[in-house]
Amino acid sequence: MLARLNLALLALLAPALAVAGDAISATEKQPLNLHAIGMFVLFVSMTLGITYWAAGRTKSTADFYTAGGGITGFQNGLAIAGDYMSAATLLGLTALVYTKGVDGYIYMIAFFAGWPIILFLMAERLRNLGKFTFADITSYRLNQNRVRTMAAVSSLTVVCFYLVAQMVGAGQLIKLLFGLDYNIALFVVGALMMVYVTFGGMVATTWVQIIKACMLLAGGTLVAILAMSQFNFSFDKMMGQAISLHTLGDKLLFPGTLLPDPITALSLGLGLMFGTAGLPHILMRFFTVTNAKEARKSVLYASGFVAYFFNVILLLGFSAIIIVGQNPEFFEGGQIGGKIIGGGNMIAMHLAKAVGGNLLLGFLSAVAFATILAVVSGLALAGAAAISHDIYARVIRKGKSTETEELRVSRFASVGLGLVAIVLGIAFEKMNVAFMVALAFGIAASANFPVLILSMYWKGLTTRGAIIGGYAGLVAAVLLVVLSKSVWVTVLGNAKAIFPYDQPALFSMPLAFLLTYIFSTLDNSAEGNAERAMFDDQYVRAQTGFGASEASSH
Amino acid sequence: MSSSSSQIAVYARIRRNPRFTELVAKRQGFATLLSVIVLVIFYGFFMVVAFNPGVIGKRLSEGSYLTVGIAAELFMFIFFWLLTAYYVKRANGEFDAITTEIIRDASKEVK
Repeated sequence: MLARLNLALLALLAPALAVAGDAISATEKQPLNLHAIGMFVLFVSMTLGITYWAAGRTKSTADFYTAGGGITGFQNGLAIAGDYMSAATLLGLTALVYTKGVDGYIYMIAFFAGWPIILFLMAERLRNLGKFTFADITSYRLNQNRVRTMAAVSSLTVVCFYLVAQMVGAGQLIKLLFGLDYNIALFVVGALMMVYVTFGGMVATTWVQIIKACMLLAGGTLVAILAMSQFNFSFDKMMGQAISLHTLGDKLLFPGTLLPDPITALSLGLGLMFGTAGLPHILMRFFTVTNAKEARKSVLYASGFVAYFFNVILLLGFSAIIIVGQNPEFFEGGQIGGKIIGGGNMIAMHLAKAVGGNLLLGFLSAVAFATILAVVSGLALAGAAAISHDIYARVIRKGKSTETEELRVSRFASVGLGLVAIVLGIAFEKMNVAFMVALAFGIAASANFPVLILSMYWKGLTTRGAIIGGYAGLVAAVLLVVLSKSVWVTVLGNAKAIFPYDQPALFSMPLAFLLTYIFSTLDNSAEGNAERAMFDDQYVRAQTGFGASEASSH
Repeated sequence: MSSSSSQIAVYARIRRNPRFTELVAKRQGFATLLSVIVLVIFYGFFMVVAFNPGVIGKRLSEGSYLTVGIAAELFMFIFFWLLTAYYVKRANGEFDAITTEIIRDASKEVK
């Protein structure tokens, strides 16, 4: 039972990594895929061209962190969708539907449902109060040094873990898709990421994400249409065949092992919903638009694309049961029902090949690579902003550094993060890195989210409460993940996990809220009172946008 | 982050404007209502999945493969998205018009 729970959450938080657990351990180098490489070279030259153009327009810190704040709601919606839907979404979720049926769909609604909540409760306040990083909001009326340092520390922790998990996944995938060596793949991804971010800043990153989102939407839709045409576009016909052929049979339509009890269900919902609302690279996207109006529109478009694509993935997964699952070409030794060539993660790719030949396979492979690049670039930029804007410019130089100095630091930081990502990616090659994603979401939900939401909604919040609650959430999230199966058993080799769940948010998030509340309420210091007094002005700005940072300085 | 003294004066005026209180109450009430709708449906569905998974796989009609679970999820994807569209429409239209008015009044009086 517990093992099942662990497996469920592990799989939840790292679809690509977990679903393809068997794939990763047995990753074999595939033959060089020329179509894929051709399309990928096309994508890279296009994005490098954009980076060159963007570099000419990246003169100020505002350009670097937020593309000057001039991105439209529609563009930002696409970019958010591009940032949020990783290669794990396309490959891992398709594989999940293929192997477990409707469980995969249940999963996807959990990935989606956080977006309306972010819109209703956060989007306009984020835009009205923030400038470059979410620490701008949490430290708005609290102690700059201490609150910013905390936000930067937890942002960097989230970014590093998420980045390494993406890099390891990327290396494995590229080895599979392109037949490139793991280390070379990491250098290619790391180097491109550094070029995009260092030279093109947020402008280039945004466009890489937009192009990637369009490619992903187009590629997925095309494969789905070609696959559905084999069933005369009849959902019933497809489902009938899928159920008669799949080993699970009718059970495909029932929830399986992913959500066996309310604790897991609640933990899943909380972890995904509020983890998303605390991821620094997602939050940063809200500062790139002109005003609160556009911020709201961003979420409308982003959630529309995400919802649409998840439904496309449902069709991909079910149709693959028939099209891929009955074709000996895709099984090792030609044995239907045996081991899928390249592992579970390859289902979507095999489907593309089955319905569209090598050309479509090449296109979808290029999409997967582009997807990885877009996500790691967003992460690296968020990490660089935490280092240069929060730590260097605000904490170390107390706001007295010049734009040129801050920009230089942010570029060094991007390169540094790229190197860290490559080195750690190589170091963790053989390890199961699923825990890193659990940790990233756990910290985002437990350290970033409580302080962020309270700073926007609760007058009583003081520095003392925020610091104690935020660090407690951070430590609790890390501790619980270390004691969970994914680290305690899988990495450290102990027999039984001390903490029976993989996602800590259900426990560490309430703890952070509780401690923040208690220590803020008990805080009678003059500082605390001054901070409470400043809430009223902040509140007016949050609600009306008056005084919010503008698109271009004037 | 410090605000200039003229900004602080505007903030104070906005706070005293009854229209501001009205705007905040209206918009916050609307946002809270929509959030509650989403959370109740979403966690309600998850409780069914956890406590009564048999319902999820039930077919809506004989001979059709459209199940309660798939239909409910498709409904959530569409309905939640329509709610975001409804919020954006009201917030960007009705509420933002009041906001603009409030800011204009407050800035005018200060100068």
